[in-house]
Amino acid sequence: MLGAALYLDQPFAQHAVVAGVLVAVSCGLIGPFVVTRQMAFAVHGTSELAFTGAAAGLVLADNPVAGALGGALVVAAVIGALSVRERERDSAIGVILAFGLGMGVLLLGYYHGNATAATNILFGNIFGVSNDQIVGLVAVGIIVTIAMLVLYRPLLFASVDPQVALARGLRVRLLGIVFLVVLAFTVTEAAQIVGTLLVLSLAITPAAAAQRWSPNPLVVTALSVAFALVACVGGILAGLASSTVKPSVFVTSFSFGIYLIARAVGPIVERARARIPA
Amino acid sequence: MAADAATSEADVLVRLRDASLRFGTRVLWEHLELDVRAGEFLAVLGPNGAGKSSLLEVILGVMNLSSGGVEVDGAPARRGNHRVGYVPQQKAFARDLPIRGRDLVRFGVDGHRPGLPLHSNGVHRAVDRALAAVGATSYADAPIGTLSGGEQQRLRIAQALVGAPKLLLCDEPLLSLDIGHQDAVSRLIDEQRHERGCGVVFVTHDINPILDYVDRVLYLVDGRWAIGTPDDVMHGEQLSRLYGTHVEVLRVGGRLVVVGSHDTGIDHPHEHHHADHPDQAHDAPTRVRFRPRGRA
Repeated sequence: MLGAALYLDQPFAQHAVVAGVLVAVSCGLIGPFVVTRQMAFAVHGTSELAFTGAAAGLVLADNPVAGALGGALVVAAVIGALSVRERERDSAIGVILAFGLGMGVLLLGYYHGNATAATNILFGNIFGVSNDQIVGLVAVGIIVTIAMLVLYRPLLFASVDPQVALARGLRVRLLGIVFLVVLAFTVTEAAQIVGTLLVLSLAITPAAAAQRWSPNPLVVTALSVAFALVACVGGILAGLASSTVKPSVFVTSFSFGIYLIARAVGPIVERARARIPA
Repeated sequence: MAADAATSEADVLVRLRDASLRFGTRVLWEHLELDVRAGEFLAVLGPNGAGKSSLLEVILGVMNLSSGGVEVDGAPARRGNHRVGYVPQQKAFARDLPIRGRDLVRFGVDGHRPGLPLHSNGVHRAVDRALAAVGATSYADAPIGTLSGGEQQRLRIAQALVGAPKLLLCDEPLLSLDIGHQDAVSRLIDEQRHERGCGVVFVTHDINPILDYVDRVLYLVDGRWAIGTPDDVMHGEQLSRLYGTHVEVLRVGGRLVVVGSHDTGIDHPHEHHHADHPDQAHDAPTRVRFRPRGRA
């Protein structure tokens, strides 16, 4: 980590770490809900279409981040509108995803700027993001975090037990749509670091790993945030230290490593718990 | 425990007047008149698609009547009424769902409030009491998806009771339980209504597990309905009128067996093993079953 230490006095590296922390917290917070609501494919669809949006942003305004956010929000709205019935959701996402990716390829064909800009959308380039964009990411991260802290309990109720939640007066459908919007913001944010193709490594993997440790939803959420922080910040630091490997590779690898460890150790934890009389 | 005609108006928890529910041109039930009083146990019976669950949804304020009126505890039915506890139709939880029985019960206290479900002594005590009341204390901290259907159902009842409701609505709470658990869950609901004096509306396709507890039966068939004590409603003449075809009700070992011709949709428990034939119903069944309409 000596290499990373050398760069940490540089503003670009400091900004990257700050953004990484916020992205990890946002992803860690939404992850358990993505898993509970079985929305892994929705996350994937949203991020793929953030790519289309980013491509459009590049071509039209040379601003991929705004484009990605626009694309993700459009997708969230369309998923929300089309998936009145839950079973239709995945096929609806698949349909939009395929068409959207095609559009993204078409749009990139019209882009004649910096050739790496396109790869950066797909695989992330946290060190290449401008100061203004970092400020935007920080703002989005704070909004997502506050939204998730406020929504936490009713969203959990609506996700686990929608029928009773509805009877208890919760607006279950509206909560689902608000969550899709929060998801769109988070996905756009995470895509800056790991790229649109690898968003799942921060939005799902830490939560999936955390679930192996505890049935307590608050503990799972705390662990999910912790795992996302280790993978994301660790990946950025490793990326600073390495001259050849992109940070997104480290982020996805760390995230996957945590998941493997959780899978291996989870059953042991479970057995130890089972031995304690309730 | 049957509702006494002399009980005051204040005891009426649910009141439906000239209530009708239609989906498009299909009439589920119409001109329904129903009063459910405090401490009363009402069973709602009828074939699949008769609108039993929809009746609960109307009382919950989740579904609107096509015409007529519905009042709960003296005010028009509305969602989020804390005087109403609800046990929905059973839906299995995924095994790895990170939720404990304790969390499910707690939703009944403050699941609708924004924020994080942080520890609170008052809430913790209320949840513990509800868990103890249904005998679920020993598995309250296990992942809910790993529990048996009977255990999950006890937790759902604890969730419905934790807010001390005056009215308990149960939608097929015995579905997919074995007979031992059916009896235990039925007894639990009956005990709780006596202890708390709350009214119970219990949707079921089989009256036998709750026959000892039921004060009145509401029987819904094809837009028609009948209400009264089990003896009034569960006899051949009444059910023949409802089904519009000849139906007999037999008493076998303290259980009621409804025997009908093929087109009533009345069936017996071995429906998956035998061809549907009215005569076979005489052999075995100790329970009443209704075949889903339009089954392939």
